[in-house]
Amino acid sequence: MSFGSLPYDIAHLLGGAVLLMSFVLLYQRRLEAVIGAFAVQGALLAAAAFWQGFAQGAPHLYVTALLAFGAKALLIPLALRIALRRLGLHRTVETALGVGPSLLAAIALVGLSVLVVLPATAGQAQALTRENLALALSVVLLGMLMMIARRNAISQLIGLLSLENGLILAAIGVQGMPLVVELSTAALVLMLALVAGIFVFLLRDRLATLDTGDLARQRGEGEAP
Amino acid sequence: MMPLPWLVVFLPWLGAVALALAPPRGRLPALVNLGVAGGFCALALGLLGAEHGVQGWTRTDAVNLPLVALSGLIGLASAAFSAATLDCERFDGLRARAYHAAFQIFLGAQALALLSDNLGVMWVAIEIATLSSVLMVAVHGTPSAIEAAWKFFVLCGVGIALALFGTILLYLAAQPLVGQGDPGLSWGALRAVAAHCDPGILSLAFVFLLVGYGTKAGLVPLHAWLPDAEAEGPLPMSAVLSGLLLNAALLAVLRAKAVVGLHPGALAPGPLLVGFGLASLLLAAFALWRRRDARRLFAWSSIEHVGLSAIAFGLGAPFAGMLHLMGHSLVKSAVFFGVGAAAQIKGSQKIAEIGGLAASHPALGWGLALGIAGLAGLPPFALFVSEFLLVAQAAARQPWLILPLGLGLLVGATALIRVLQALCLGEPTPDRPVPGGFALPGGLLWATLPLWSLLALAVLLGFALPPGLAALLSDAAVLLE
Repeated sequence: MSFGSLPYDIAHLLGGAVLLMSFVLLYQRRLEAVIGAFAVQGALLAAAAFWQGFAQGAPHLYVTALLAFGAKALLIPLALRIALRRLGLHRTVETALGVGPSLLAAIALVGLSVLVVLPATAGQAQALTRENLALALSVVLLGMLMMIARRNAISQLIGLLSLENGLILAAIGVQGMPLVVELSTAALVLMLALVAGIFVFLLRDRLATLDTGDLARQRGEGEAP
Repeated sequence: MMPLPWLVVFLPWLGAVALALAPPRGRLPALVNLGVAGGFCALALGLLGAEHGVQGWTRTDAVNLPLVALSGLIGLASAAFSAATLDCERFDGLRARAYHAAFQIFLGAQALALLSDNLGVMWVAIEIATLSSVLMVAVHGTPSAIEAAWKFFVLCGVGIALALFGTILLYLAAQPLVGQGDPGLSWGALRAVAAHCDPGILSLAFVFLLVGYGTKAGLVPLHAWLPDAEAEGPLPMSAVLSGLLLNAALLAVLRAKAVVGLHPGALAPGPLLVGFGLASLLLAAFALWRRRDARRLFAWSSIEHVGLSAIAFGLGAPFAGMLHLMGHSLVKSAVFFGVGAAAQIKGSQKIAEIGGLAASHPALGWGLALGIAGLAGLPPFALFVSEFLLVAQAAARQPWLILPLGLGLLVGATALIRVLQALCLGEPTPDRPVPGGFALPGGLLWATLPLWSLLALAVLLGFALPPGLAALLSDAAVLLE
């Protein structure tokens, strides 16, 4: 099958939009806004999966799209919002690295992933696959950056979830990727979120704060006797 | 009839369902747990005699069968130890249920990770094993347990995510040759076409797989979660985490290495593994000197030994590597049982508060002393043989490696001997037993029996290797070369 110009452009546009939302995630200062941006990223990812399913003639990608939409655009953001409201947390984002430096680092990471992926895949694969892969790797790296640059447990969790968005973006872009991987990823992200949710609640119980910086005190080695 | 390898995976998972649903009444859950682990062990050992081949998503070959049999033995020993010390953990009903179910899910998942032929299935299995072990680490719910579990969860979550990216890349490399669908992720199919794949993508894939699964295997500098996780959680958890999870993760790296290494134009995986291994060995050997918590100390020693195995595999001495992996699992699990029992008797897991075990509790103290000596690389355990083989291979292939390798081995061994003296010899420290500990009839015997049996197996592995197993390990060495 060949890619005409329209399917290519739309897939590219959607992939780019997912990456754009990773940048949006990085400059939010309120947790509600972070959660909102994550929901939009989930919806865009679902749209990208849907479009790839259509363009590749691979109907199982519709399932991936549906799962991504249900879990990442609706369920997880809703659960996080409820958690935020119930717990009455302070809602600003605590940063370990300021917004400006984070964005600069993000741009550097996108450059890095383009420089790594495009030459490595030059011998083979269609342009769409290669560029999609570069976009996906950027989303993965930006997710990691968010986990490093934010101190709040919910922000870190969203960083991890957005990192997984990047993985799914990579998986749907590669033609004929076996179904196993997509389904399992989608199911497991939900499990990850569930387990993490349990942790967040436990953290709340024990420590009355979600700032993971405070956790460093709990390390087992303790003070010298 | 379901193929035997599938049965090995599904039996513990069925057991997990039963344990999660059954009402926790008295000792029943611990005994059911032991029974299921016994069945798992019998199946895993039975698999040793099975034909090698592929059954759907699983494969049985010389590389994974010894490791599966090993996981059966360690699973059974851990379940026995768990039954003996369950009362020390003071679980309420829900926690006991969660703990037992997570233990069985873990056993099944790590067996699936070892047995899978499909790299996607392997990834899912390692993910499930991680989630269940996170649950086990956190099950006590104390602040330090939560911190350890959170760190474990976040770092391994990132690691696993990177491994999936590597898996996708590996498929992308093979896709033009193997076509679409399941075969594209089959290890056998990947090996068959690896020499004709695009070297750039293969190299990229290996880097992601190494960093991703290397995080799970505890290779420096991705090891930060391991000491915290192993110092918390119920006692038997440390044994299965060190003895089984690290092996499954390292095997995933080795499978990737065996694919990527077939292409002469791709990044050479060996030197990368040697580099990570040396970093792990040296950092851990020096870190061993500064530990005050016994369980943390032995977690660091796991990092050291995984590093040694990685060096062996990277150097192209897979026989020594396999022997080292298996020997480490046996001896380390035994040592964790000993440390766990000692911590219950002395009421603390600080090294300074455990002392003179050999005088006060000879069976436990001498067992622990022998185990620690085994970890330090002293005969008559398998680790002595494998370290000897490793040094000999290093001398033959890369003589410069002798210096850092010898330094790491020596520093690590002396640190362990010092700890041996502190824990087992000298004046006994006062006992402050945890209330309700060792309530089974026979008491401490049930906690020391698994320790001694694993030590005996480690001696067998080192100096009386059954010819069948030796042949299997030699075949494995060929497959991993």
